[in-house]
Amino acid sequence: MTRIGSMFPEIWKHLFKKRATVLYPFERLNVPKDLRGKPILDEQKCSLKCKGACAIDCPAKAIVMEKVEEKGSRPVFLLDRCTFCGQCSESCPFGAIKLSEEFELAQYDRKSLVSKQW
Amino acid sequence: MSVSIPIGPQHPALKEPVNLTVTLDGEKIVDIDMRLGYNHRGIEKGSESRNYIQNIYLTERICGICNVAHTTTFCQGVEELLGLEVPKRGLFIRTLLCELNRIHSHLLWLGVAGHEIGFDTLFMYSWRDREIVMDLIEIVSGNRVNIAINAIGGVRRDVSDDMRAQILQGISQLEARSQYYLDVASTEVTFLRRTEGVGKLPKEKAIELCAVGPFARASGVEYDVRKDDPFAAYPYLDFKVRTSDRCDVLGTAIVRALEIVESCKMCRQVIEELPAGEIKAKAPRKVPPGEVVSKTEAPRGELIHYIRSNGTDRPERLKVRAPTLANIPSVLYSLRGGYIADIPIVFAAIDPCMACMDRVILLDTDHGKTKRVMTWEELRQHGMEWYADRKG
Repeated sequence: MTRIGSMFPEIWKHLFKKRATVLYPFERLNVPKDLRGKPILDEQKCSLKCKGACAIDCPAKAIVMEKVEEKGSRPVFLLDRCTFCGQCSESCPFGAIKLSEEFELAQYDRKSLVSKQW
Repeated sequence: MSVSIPIGPQHPALKEPVNLTVTLDGEKIVDIDMRLGYNHRGIEKGSESRNYIQNIYLTERICGICNVAHTTTFCQGVEELLGLEVPKRGLFIRTLLCELNRIHSHLLWLGVAGHEIGFDTLFMYSWRDREIVMDLIEIVSGNRVNIAINAIGGVRRDVSDDMRAQILQGISQLEARSQYYLDVASTEVTFLRRTEGVGKLPKEKAIELCAVGPFARASGVEYDVRKDDPFAAYPYLDFKVRTSDRCDVLGTAIVRALEIVESCKMCRQVIEELPAGEIKAKAPRKVPPGEVVSKTEAPRGELIHYIRSNGTDRPERLKVRAPTLANIPSVLYSLRGGYIADIPIVFAAIDPCMACMDRVILLDTDHGKTKRVMTWEELRQHGMEWYADRKG
């Protein structure tokens, strides 16, 4: 059986329903617990002796190892390159990197996207 | 008298760059030819300078819509080279994400097909319902689009009991919605008039031209990698290969809608039968020399990756054959003899993904200005001179 306007009942029904979209940024949706957002470094756990397993495996080359007073090196995250895949937290042998729920990272200046967390 | 008109590479009707040369007799298409390669990004070459872990994310970016299919194929190939056995729980989670990805891809296609034929209500509603599956993917993987669940040797994230309940709830919603869309696609006159008998591809031709995926199954070819060469957890699941003998665009819409229903059932089976245990086996970084062909069923059809390793932590060669490329000869066949106004919908029936497909650039040295072919050494010399000139 064929008919015309078979989606009309659906449309009528939705006239009285809550809208499907939200008015961002006035309303916000809850993000899930394990969202892959901005990477956060735990300074206590990050070993200075590590050669940078995170930087070696980063597919976007978004992690640069920077020297800390001749003692060793620590990662700096370049958030403008980061693809938020979370491989750094996977590769870190000490579990020092976690991806946070922070996702609104846009900036006017590229330099302010360099995230040095130590 | 026939007229030949070029469409594309940049054209409002095309979502991605491709060049069609259509020869018309009035409104009828007499002949059609296609030129590809406008979306070449050098991914295969790029993979040679990255290690296997980085390559998972590179292959993921071949296509945004079927990214799980690409990473599954790649990881599967590398696991084969390593002789690594993936834990059963890992395989099940991989399958779950493959199926969620398929649901999302098919709902997206349904919307695009509606849009191409001017049925924008279908487009809006199916994309709204697609948000249900996008949310499920986000819960499991932490991102809506680039799922990044696969790792060499298994998967990266586990599915908790909490997630299982949420997935089951979402799946039953999606199942009801896909039944509704199946009903709309098979009864709505505006949809039927634009798709019935359009873009005919008989079964013999589909086999002859090696069509794959839902496009081939709509012509009655019962070919599905999930059934014929089972990978991941598909051997443990009970499902049917959905086909249609309509051989037209409506057939592909029906096959896709039925596949969403089937995928929902598979997701439920995976969630209910999820075995306990590890999700990932430890994989070495260096891969012994060898070569492998790995294939999976992407939402668009059979996807093939060829990987050759040389004992280092980087592949020597990666070749990707995306399903769209396999479907190009058959879609050109089904466009011939049709009307010019049907080009968008017939072309959309294969769910074209140029970014997936464009692996080479073909340079026409006979008609182009340059006719020189350089060796590697010459190219290197040329590059050094080029930079030296510009450095001043």
